[in-house]
Amino acid sequence: MNLVLVGTSHRLAPVEVRERVAFDLPGAARLAEALSEGAEAVCLSTCNRTELYLAHPDPEVAEARALAALTEEGLELYRLRDEAAALHLFRVAAGLDSMVPGEGEILGQVRDAYEAGSCGPVLDRLFRQAVHAGKKLRAETAIGESPASGSAAAAALAEQVFGDLAGCRGLVIGAGEVSELAARSLVARGATIAAVTSRTRARAAELAERFAGQAVPFDRIGEELERADVVISSTSAPGQVLSREQIPARKGRPLFLIDLAVPRDVDRAVAELDGCYLYDIDDLEAVVSESLSGRRREATRAEAIVAHEAERFRDWQTSLDVVPAIASIRERAERIRSGELAKAESRLGGLSESERQTVESLTTQIVNKLLHVPIVRLKQAAATEGGGYVEVARHLFGLGEEDRAQDRKPRE
Amino acid sequence: MAELLFWPALLAYGEAGFAYAGDARRPGPLGRLATWGVRLGWLVQTALLVAQAARADRFPWDTWAGSLNLFVWLVVGAYLIWGCRPRFRLLGLVVMPLAALLLAVSYAAGGVGGSGVRGYSTLFLVLHVGGVLAGFAGLTLAAAIAALYLWQERQLKRHNPALLRFRAPSLATLDSLVARTVAVALPLLTLGMAAGFVRLRHESDVDPLIGLTVLAWAVYGAFLVLRYGAGWRGRRAAYLALAGFAVVIALHLGLPTSHFA
Repeated sequence: MNLVLVGTSHRLAPVEVRERVAFDLPGAARLAEALSEGAEAVCLSTCNRTELYLAHPDPEVAEARALAALTEEGLELYRLRDEAAALHLFRVAAGLDSMVPGEGEILGQVRDAYEAGSCGPVLDRLFRQAVHAGKKLRAETAIGESPASGSAAAAALAEQVFGDLAGCRGLVIGAGEVSELAARSLVARGATIAAVTSRTRARAAELAERFAGQAVPFDRIGEELERADVVISSTSAPGQVLSREQIPARKGRPLFLIDLAVPRDVDRAVAELDGCYLYDIDDLEAVVSESLSGRRREATRAEAIVAHEAERFRDWQTSLDVVPAIASIRERAERIRSGELAKAESRLGGLSESERQTVESLTTQIVNKLLHVPIVRLKQAAATEGGGYVEVARHLFGLGEEDRAQDRKPRE
Repeated sequence: MAELLFWPALLAYGEAGFAYAGDARRPGPLGRLATWGVRLGWLVQTALLVAQAARADRFPWDTWAGSLNLFVWLVVGAYLIWGCRPRFRLLGLVVMPLAALLLAVSYAAGGVGGSGVRGYSTLFLVLHVGGVLAGFAGLTLAAAIAALYLWQERQLKRHNPALLRFRAPSLATLDSLVARTVAVALPLLTLGMAAGFVRLRHESDVDPLIGLTVLAWAVYGAFLVLRYGAGWRGRRAAYLALAGFAVVIALHLGLPTSHFA
């Protein structure tokens, strides 16, 4: 079986081209099924890529099928085979081919595509190994640990102060999209948004409802500040919204303030207060930038891990070629053994049932012992030296010659 | 035999210190190497202490250098309880070089060899020396955690963009850990001190270090009262833990000139 990959990604095609060959999960499942006649097929379609993986005895046929499924004007495609295709999938699953190196969402998407695909032994092994490689990479490197966006950085920094954010009360000042994004990131890590305040009451109420919090009037901000652990501020006010004097005594409780507004909402002097940590948009950008460069550094280590996984897959794929050859050798040996035993039956006529069973067992053992070493060596050599060894074995054992001889007989 | 075990223990602690430094620069396999260095070193040092005890057939750490050897073992043992978790590797960067240094000092001063004959019962030595040293070990660890708290707090205040790379425990975790470690160490110190007071026979047995020990006890007692009673947290609590540790260091430095003289 040969492995073929045909696809496109954010590296080759802009979004307006990619969207024309994008599939939702049921659509990807239908396409995989349609392509899987006499083959195995998986369609991996995300916002950054659409890729078709096929396992087929004839790679040309597989590639032609995949190309036919992705015909779109102006669409540039890459085509990879066997080990290169496996390496590509392992890099994708590890997030090494993503826009943000090491992003974790892709691993789930690869798993979904695998479950929706029409898999046989080759793609089953390939995708299971890809998921394993993605997990291994995240466990052994720090590639996916650091935040890749401002709101994720704010949440990660809040965790650095409070530990687990479960039980942390959030106060949102300003009900715009930026505030909402940051609030979502906090909520995703366990915090609750207890109060939302905005000069526009209706928008505050709407956002508060989304987070199961309360909308509070702007003049009651002092009370909320006393109870809050994290404050997100992003208003369009031209001046300061929160002064140092407005921050109540914390009695040893830390306060984490995220100021996402330009011009800034929070007085810089607040950062000087004991237990108060104030981050503005530039501070968060610096954290993200450092974190992305850290991810790129980790990517070098990660590449070595995925390359090793691709080699393992290649060895396994090569070992597949040897399976039919071994089966043929065993089958031929058994045919010879039982044939010769049958010929000798007349001469062994006087044997009792138990003596006959002994002869049967003796001949079987001789055959098995004779074949044991060649079969083990054949498996090892096929994994390390490729399919050429299998051909030599076929030649030495005369495999296929009998079939050809029998094919010739009727004509003779 | 005991002397032979000293070198692998020192080597393992030293290796752990260097590996922790490497891990701080680039987290990864070096962190695991450091953890194994700590585990292995501690096991070898345990064998060293067992060999010392077997040879002496009694409590053999009743000299300053000997007590330093036991102290290092207690500090590393306490660190091992949770120090092997990846998030506490930065703490290893503080603890392990110190452990290696103190073990080397103990060796140079004859702390891994035999002990002097002082005429104290083994039970007294176990309770007094063991209790005080276990207490000091806990307080040393609490000081290291407090230092890590202050370092991390400073990085947060300064907006160090690389802060997340260090994967240190959160401020809340460190703050609570300082308090819990002191809460465990102080009763051990109290036990050791009580054993010492019971054993005091003459006025001449009293030395300035006893006063210093009482001062350390008072500082940490005040720490617990303020932490759990008055809600002292964060920077103030960390500074107080470090102030108490300054007294512990003075005590350690004074031991060879008074108590063990």
